[in-house]
Amino acid sequence: MRQTSAAVITVAVGGVIGALARYGAGTLWPGPWTTLGINAVGCLTMGVLMVLVTEVRIPHPLVRLFLGTGVLGGFTTFSTFCADFCRLVPTAPLEAFSYLIATLTAALAGVSLGMFTTRRLAGLR
Amino acid sequence: MNPVAQVALGAAVGAPLRYLVDRAIPRPTGFPRGTLVVNVVGSTVLGVVTGVAHLQLLLGTGFCGALTTYSTFSYETTVLFEARAPRRAVLNVVLSVTAGVAAFWAGLAGGQALAG
Repeated sequence: MRQTSAAVITVAVGGVIGALARYGAGTLWPGPWTTLGINAVGCLTMGVLMVLVTEVRIPHPLVRLFLGTGVLGGFTTFSTFCADFCRLVPTAPLEAFSYLIATLTAALAGVSLGMFTTRRLAGLR
Repeated sequence: MNPVAQVALGAAVGAPLRYLVDRAIPRPTGFPRGTLVVNVVGSTVLGVVTGVAHLQLLLGTGFCGALTTYSTFSYETTVLFEARAPRRAVLNVVLSVTAGVAAFWAGLAGGQALAG
């Protein structure tokens, strides 16, 4: 129970930080391509983080919850990605599908690049 | 309430809710069902609140933005690829994107119907 409360508070604080960073970026540069940038950066960072906390050194579980589930989970967004795609479809269908494929590609490539680079730098593989 | 406080409050609920839902949903085959559920639910809610201007920051940017996640979705997909389960990885991508987009669209249509 106490462990769950600590986890919930940790994820909430991290989530607020991530969401505010996303809100700030969206206010500075409104538009779907900013959402793509946010998701790509968040995925790259997630790849780096997950190798660090699961392979390089296993820290206190709250570290992963704060940075991964909280900050990066709150920073990246799937709902706005779906909304951006749906809003683009009626007026700019080509841009809509480009946005969808570009986001998926950047996100998956970002995670892999983050994991690969961190493993290399840590001398794991 | 000021805009920053609205986003923060929404995220302070959305992010831990994602954690609790993911923890509550078992994944016997390793398929990341919890993330799929929060992404679909969050996309539905975002569709419903789209067009309701005074709820955008609290529920749209804050709650739905933090309830859903692209980084965990991508990481879990990559882990499936690394675990030599490419079919499950592709299934996760196809299912998440089609269900998320359909959910947003359904939420939008439902919200507009409710608003009359």
